[in-house]
Amino acid sequence: MLNNKRQGKLAAVAVMAATALAITSCGSSDDAKPAAGGGSAPAAAEPVTITVHTFGGGENFGYDKAVETWNAAHPNIQVKYQNLTDRFEDVYLPQLLQRLQAGSGAADIIALDEGAMGLMKARPQFFTDLAAYGLDSRKADFPAAKWDNGINADNKLFALGTDIGGMTMCYRADLFKKAGLPTEREEVGKLWPDWNAFMEVGKKFQAANPGKGDPKFLDGPNTLYNVILSQEAPKNGNVSYFDKSNQLVIESNPAIKTSFDTVKSFSEAGLTAKLASFTPPWNAAIKKGGFAAMGCPAWMLGVVSGAAGDSNKGKWDVAAVPGGAGNWGGSYLAVPKQSKHPKEAAEVLNYLTGKEGHVMAFQEAAAFPSSIPAQQDPAVSELKNAFFNDAPTGQIFGASVKDLLPTFLGEKHAQVKTSVEKVLEGMDQGSVPYDQAWTKFLEAGVKAAG
Amino acid sequence: MTLHVDTPAPARPGPRRPSGHRGPGGSGGGLARFDLRATPYFLVSPYFLLFAVFGVFPLGYTLWVSLHDWELAGDKTFIGIDNYVSLITDEAFWNAVINTLGMFVMSTVPQLVLALILANALNKRIRGRLFFRLGVLLPLITSVVAVAVVFTQLYGRDYGMINWFLGLFGVDTINWQNEKWSSWIAISTMIDWRWTGYNAIILLAAMQTIPKDLYEAAAIDGATARRQFWQITIPMLRPTIIFTVFISTIGGLTLFTEPVMFDGNPTMAGGATGQYQTVAMFIVKEAFRDFDFGYAAAAAWLLFALILIGTLINYSFTRRIGGSK
Repeated sequence: MLNNKRQGKLAAVAVMAATALAITSCGSSDDAKPAAGGGSAPAAAEPVTITVHTFGGGENFGYDKAVETWNAAHPNIQVKYQNLTDRFEDVYLPQLLQRLQAGSGAADIIALDEGAMGLMKARPQFFTDLAAYGLDSRKADFPAAKWDNGINADNKLFALGTDIGGMTMCYRADLFKKAGLPTEREEVGKLWPDWNAFMEVGKKFQAANPGKGDPKFLDGPNTLYNVILSQEAPKNGNVSYFDKSNQLVIESNPAIKTSFDTVKSFSEAGLTAKLASFTPPWNAAIKKGGFAAMGCPAWMLGVVSGAAGDSNKGKWDVAAVPGGAGNWGGSYLAVPKQSKHPKEAAEVLNYLTGKEGHVMAFQEAAAFPSSIPAQQDPAVSELKNAFFNDAPTGQIFGASVKDLLPTFLGEKHAQVKTSVEKVLEGMDQGSVPYDQAWTKFLEAGVKAAG
Repeated sequence: MTLHVDTPAPARPGPRRPSGHRGPGGSGGGLARFDLRATPYFLVSPYFLLFAVFGVFPLGYTLWVSLHDWELAGDKTFIGIDNYVSLITDEAFWNAVINTLGMFVMSTVPQLVLALILANALNKRIRGRLFFRLGVLLPLITSVVAVAVVFTQLYGRDYGMINWFLGLFGVDTINWQNEKWSSWIAISTMIDWRWTGYNAIILLAAMQTIPKDLYEAAAIDGATARRQFWQITIPMLRPTIIFTVFISTIGGLTLFTEPVMFDGNPTMAGGATGQYQTVAMFIVKEAFRDFDFGYAAAAAWLLFALILIGTLINYSFTRRIGGSK
């Protein structure tokens, strides 16, 4: 992982002395930041390997093609791309934190999920300032929501956006047909302008599927909750669990309560298949048609097609989501301070988060680009998704992210999110009574934040 | 003696070893003696070095960490015993303790009883004895993860075989993960499937060391097979039973893999409301999901204490086996 290092170490030391270092107490503080002339020339002469670590299921970040293209054009900077795991919060993130703490083991470029950005922003000592390599010039390429999340507690640019999770509703056209509902995506979208209308459609669907083994309308509480929260947070000061001073506002933020109440009403109406998302039974239900609809951020399409398999091609489709725009998920790339080649790493990062990298990733993994030039590229805006019945996903997602507002995510967002969603699962599955669920939900959130 | 000696003080000890008395070559002789005394320690030291590095040091370091508010890749501040204080009032921790104990009892008691019965059966003259003896050991060589994955599928709510089978008798679909009792049963069966044979073989080995003449004498006195089992086999097995109980106690109280796999994803939550979260899972969750190292370290020490207490209790129970004739 760590290759020929010690390049331009002297130059680095010289620069280091000049660089103002603020709080960095651990680690080797300001690492190599080769000055334009001295250190970089010899470093570029020798081939340098830049490692990239990502996470995610299926096609994950979709960088195979992009990396191949880069390597062919840059014999002196070879990129090694590795997807570590499909689980972020409970596998990738703990491992990454340990490597950052240890000062070695992290890749030159690391991928970060939106949910951990609060945590990472609060740890500026681990990251390279990308502005030092001129990447602050990219500001115009990104929506403000995406850009602002890459600025850390020291007010330094440390991460640039990859994909963005614009919102749609995935549905099984074959199950809709059986229940006597429209199947055309335009008409389906018109069925549900808001969540109340969505509920009515659900009841209609369930009335046509009353049997024990019949499919349910929705998968479970998690996806629904996250979709609604992503729509509600921007309406309530752009915060979810934490306010902008990192105080827990889970109880006072109406966005949380609204999302919770909506999920509860769907669960109480018996419209969910009582499945926790991202579990084997959930995957099985996607494949076997255990439920008919699910909130789908862009990256979810890859999850659905991966879980459903080729035999279900064309059965799923994509329609507009009830309740308007929202963003769930999406990721970032950053360069850890421990990287021995921050200059080259920043170059590669610039490429991967540039228009070209974004477009290739979208073609490979369907994750919708956060880069505005990439969104406007015909290769993105006109792309159709064969698995989802040739839905014009480029156009659908492009429209869904137009007016996106930034949502502040606190330092312990990931922990709180995981804990409260467990309560939602319990409520849906019956181990938490409905009338106690909100109390338990708050308790879990307070505990995880503490 | 004289101060002037030909041999320099740090001489090689080789030829002097036989003399071994104090005197001019005192230091050399001391070295020889040191050599004689130290070599055995030196030879056994690899184990102790490894134990120090991988056993004692982590224990001590964990204790040190447990006295801090220590965030993974974050701040650490010394807070004394605060972690322990909040742990003993933490409902989630006690929930994990109860789960661990519950599953321990639920799995270990039937497991050891079954193992004893099995061992007794395998000790008889039956056809294909070797086949059966090897057979009961087979589950042990399958990976824990594989066992857990297969069982978790069997216990699946929607597409699981057990629910399908129960459905044939009109039993309603059971969401095995959902309740304490059902999840405990499911996890206990995984543990028992894998470990019963192992304990049976150990008990069987011990049974075969019991002198045959004891049974012959008892038979002549007219003791039934059942009586022989209770009055001869069980008392003679006492040390072995103690051993299996100890091993099961340690294994049961550090239960981890099966419930984690049963959960379906490695959040370490052990069900929506922690229905089957064990203490080991609680520790991992605190350390590597919530990044609270200090709290996790404190929980690890409490688990250590718990195992110690559990083992002592079991010891006091099992030492009475066969004590009253």
